[in-house]
Amino acid sequence: MSIWSYANPRKFLDTTAPWVPWLMWLAAAVLAVGLVWGFFFTPEAERFGSSVKIIYLHVPSALMAINAWLMMLVASLIWLIRRHHVSALAARAAAPVGMVMTVIALITGAIWGQPMWGTWWAWDPRLTSFLILFLFYLGYIALWTAIPDPDSAADLTSVLCLVGSVFAILSRYAVNFWNQGLHQGASLSLDKQENVADVFWVPLLVCMAGFVLLFLALVLLRTGTEIRARRIAALRARARRVEPVRA
Amino acid sequence: MRALLARDLRLAVRAGGGFGLGLAFFLIVVVLVPFGVGPETAILARIAPGILWVAALLAALLSLDRIFALDHEDGSLPLLATAPLPLEMLALAKALAHWITTGLPLVVAAPLLGVLLHLPGEAMPWLLVSLAIGTPALSLIGTFGAALTVGLRRGGLLLSLIVLPLYVPILIFGAEAARRGAEGLPAATPLMLLAGIGLGCAALLPFATAAALRVTLR
Repeated sequence: MSIWSYANPRKFLDTTAPWVPWLMWLAAAVLAVGLVWGFFFTPEAERFGSSVKIIYLHVPSALMAINAWLMMLVASLIWLIRRHHVSALAARAAAPVGMVMTVIALITGAIWGQPMWGTWWAWDPRLTSFLILFLFYLGYIALWTAIPDPDSAADLTSVLCLVGSVFAILSRYAVNFWNQGLHQGASLSLDKQENVADVFWVPLLVCMAGFVLLFLALVLLRTGTEIRARRIAALRARARRVEPVRA
Repeated sequence: MRALLARDLRLAVRAGGGFGLGLAFFLIVVVLVPFGVGPETAILARIAPGILWVAALLAALLSLDRIFALDHEDGSLPLLATAPLPLEMLALAKALAHWITTGLPLVVAAPLLGVLLHLPGEAMPWLLVSLAIGTPALSLIGTFGAALTVGLRRGGLLLSLIVLPLYVPILIFGAEAARRGAEGLPAATPLMLLAGIGLGCAALLPFATAAALRVTLR
């Protein structure tokens, strides 16, 4: 059985709906473990003090902010190529979640930046590109809500998502050119030697897993909601068509 | 395509179209800035390249929604779509017409406004070159945004929300080239990057614009 069989909205709903509560609880449990471990059972890093602990919110939310856009990009491509409605609705469902992740990353970054850099905000490349990513999310969501016809909306937002992805990457490197920043480079990777110490790395991984699970649960839930909303709209439209005949 | 271009240019110039409006807006924004930040020559000269670039960007934005809206209202857009000219070329012609009526006048007017803002003389050629290279890309991106929002109520506001984030790389490189020129630094690198973005936009965005138009006309 191929993965495309889940493009059938009913099959998608029947399969995912029972999973959503479990995913929610799993995400909550993993997040609780990761956050409690990170906040209370890790030593304070030298030079950083306890302020470093916001990393357990900051890094996973930033990760998901970017990955949500990537998921929207893939879903948009699937919609444009294979015309599966579930895919378009999943992209629509992921956008607000990704936007909230971006906001969380920006706010926790500001809270972290205040004691570390002595400022809430700096026009640093990473910070700036996240702000721009937030604007892209805003435009994408606004376009979805502005177009009444669902298929046109899916098409146009998919095209915007493709073009926006190119420009988001362009902006990412353009701001590098424009200002060298305060933000540290990537210190988390699977292959490099100079990683953060394991005491911080392991709870951070747990938190990342929790955010991924949370994202999955929210997107599946919201996609299901969108499918049901689409059905209700179809039923209403049918009822409206029938009424004049009765009268 | 040439006929379409000529038609769009005539429409813009004659029928009280957007021609000149964008230019006037450019002038007003630039005149307002000294009231906001104070009349000190040093400060104005320092921020002049950035102000001129931001003002040019906003002026280009102002007339974007007219690119397809008028044709959509009077029904000539479907006719243009059924013409033998491919939609991609239509998009390119529309962007070119928009640039000639909006971008080109801005480039021509920029030195005059640069004088108002005490832009240093050595920065002037760099500002002109960066505007001349960058504004076509603004028109191309704007045409794409206009195609996405054509036929929508509240389209204009949505258009600016969609288009302005896309303008970020162009603004960065354009203003950077002008700023480096003003400080006597080599400005070739941002100019080349700007030209690269412009050419990339010209090569790829008409396809996205045409795709959006096909959806709208379906």
